[in-house]
Amino acid sequence: MPDVNRPPYHAPDERGRFGDFGGRFVAETLMHALDELTRLYETVSADPGFQATLEAELKSFVGRPTPLYRADRLTAHAGGARIYLKREDLNHTGAHKINNTVGQAMLAERMGKTRIIAETGAGQHGVATATVAARLGLQCQVYMGEEDIARQRVNVYRMKLLGADVIPVSSGSKTLKDAMNEAMRDWVTHVDDTHYIIGSVAGPHPYPMLVRDFQSVIGKETKAQCIEAEGRLPDLLVACVGGGSNAMGLFHPFVDDDAVDMVGVEAGGEGLDQGRHAAPLNAGTPGVLHGSRTYVMDDTDGQIVATHSVSAGLDYPGVGPEHAYWKDMGRARYVSVTDTEALAAFRILTREEGIMPALESSHAVAWALAEAARRPDSDLVVINLSGRGDKDIDTVAAIDRIEVGG
Amino acid sequence: MTRLAGRLAGLRGRGRKALSTFITAGDPDATATVPAMHALVAGGADIIELGVPFSDPEADGPAVQAGSERALANGTTLHDVLGMVAAFRAADADTPVVLMGYLNVFLKMGYENFCGAAGEAGIDGVIVVNLPPEEAGDFKAALCSHDLDLVLLVAPTTTSERFRYIAGEASGFLYYVSYKGITGAEHLDARAVGERLQAMRPGLGDLPVLVGFGIKDGASAAAVARHADGVVVGSVLVNTMGNVGGSEIPARLTAQVRDIRTALDTL
Repeated sequence: MPDVNRPPYHAPDERGRFGDFGGRFVAETLMHALDELTRLYETVSADPGFQATLEAELKSFVGRPTPLYRADRLTAHAGGARIYLKREDLNHTGAHKINNTVGQAMLAERMGKTRIIAETGAGQHGVATATVAARLGLQCQVYMGEEDIARQRVNVYRMKLLGADVIPVSSGSKTLKDAMNEAMRDWVTHVDDTHYIIGSVAGPHPYPMLVRDFQSVIGKETKAQCIEAEGRLPDLLVACVGGGSNAMGLFHPFVDDDAVDMVGVEAGGEGLDQGRHAAPLNAGTPGVLHGSRTYVMDDTDGQIVATHSVSAGLDYPGVGPEHAYWKDMGRARYVSVTDTEALAAFRILTREEGIMPALESSHAVAWALAEAARRPDSDLVVINLSGRGDKDIDTVAAIDRIEVGG
Repeated sequence: MTRLAGRLAGLRGRGRKALSTFITAGDPDATATVPAMHALVAGGADIIELGVPFSDPEADGPAVQAGSERALANGTTLHDVLGMVAAFRAADADTPVVLMGYLNVFLKMGYENFCGAAGEAGIDGVIVVNLPPEEAGDFKAALCSHDLDLVLLVAPTTTSERFRYIAGEASGFLYYVSYKGITGAEHLDARAVGERLQAMRPGLGDLPVLVGFGIKDGASAAAVARHADGVVVGSVLVNTMGNVGGSEIPARLTAQVRDIRTALDTL
């Protein structure tokens, strides 16, 4: 039970700090825009009209609430705790990302911005951004690393169909972190008419806070749905962590429920001991990247190192600062699973339940399956199924040495 | 008074505009940097800004990004940069040298370690692109304790109130970013720079203001410098470092800087 004398969890502070993490480490040119966004966000947070409109949008456009699905065959396969899947894959555009883009697009409209930019890794955030831009008639440019464009070409085409420009980024490692650098450069240049929709709980304050809040609908629904189905809260929440938005969205509404364990699953790539991975909370150190102080993967000179994951959406050397805070205070635990383990989970969930998960979400499934087996059948485990796997069939087929449609 | 503040006060006393020149350390290779620094001084540079390469230079344009990539490709570290400045100091005790980079590299070495080593190497201050004053407390304390300057940036989007706050936190000089954008772009509007600086000047006390971003030749330097204490020139020099053969770099840099110096001296 929660300690009755403990004040409810409250973070970040007014400087955007989650303990020692977070903050605002950006070029001076952006400070005013971040102040403006923070002030606007404070206003709309207290505005019942805004919140009602957002709720209506999530219902009619996104398709919320998403089901909390009892996965009986997956439970039997694991042979332990009862497993539920929070079906964020059933959102419009196929992932949790749209919860945030709908909210941020409403902020952009309020600020009178006519142009939206975004970075994307797997392409899910890019698609979700292009989608809301199309709906609101806003100009949209999405930055995407060349390597990610090659492995997520279906999503690239979706963005183009939606009317967005997909701008290939060829600097650095040609993945998500470089796309984010390029989006920051664009924003600094077009800050007057452009809103930058960051897709994760990363970046400078207020982004980690506002993306968390927009994604918290996941955890709020889960809480109510679990109580309705089981008459109690779950014992364990599991979600994959790249930047960490789907995990924070699920976890945050449970932060004061001490009996609920939370585990974030990072991309172990080829294994943490092999060096090629994307698991800063497991193997990184505190540093500053993309506007906030958080765990990063860097070398002894402070240079950010190349990461690797089979899933483009987790292939990122930083992580949201609130996760860094939670790791250090022990509120959540962060583990990793390898590419191979995630691919195995992808196949298991597809065959056992007829649900094809994104490779990102497959990381959470992989770890949860092993953990469920270690827990009694009276325990309840909720996995955040953050996205669907259609976008990944090229990657999986390549690993199987199959030509799709060939 | 620090070497940097002393140099700028001296220039102001003589009515001479300050010319600060930026190149990236270790670009295109480790042997190029010290001769290049001397060449900048020979051409008439008053201050040298030495870029510390970083893997993710999010506020820089293509020229400085490329310089950073060349320097990292040959393994340049912050330790190496300190060594280059120490080598430069052996032959030039007077020209202030300011390191410019992104926070993570300094953070990794540790602020106290860095400041101690920087002081010994003969470095005079730092400019950290992604470190606004609100986040600078610990680093600033370490810099102060070693008599190093923390140069802060202000931008066209900076409100007047904040402009004065930043000026109060900065030392050495205030770096006015001439336009909304990344380094080396073509957005320079000298009139807008002049209007803003004229409006802000009364609140700045004795702190010199140098203007950077988009200044590429004598004409653009002179147009901006008439409204400020001086200018910073970077991307065009970094292009020279990348495009010219190693042995030709010093002569080309000297000529390039001399053109800008000549234009400034007409003011």
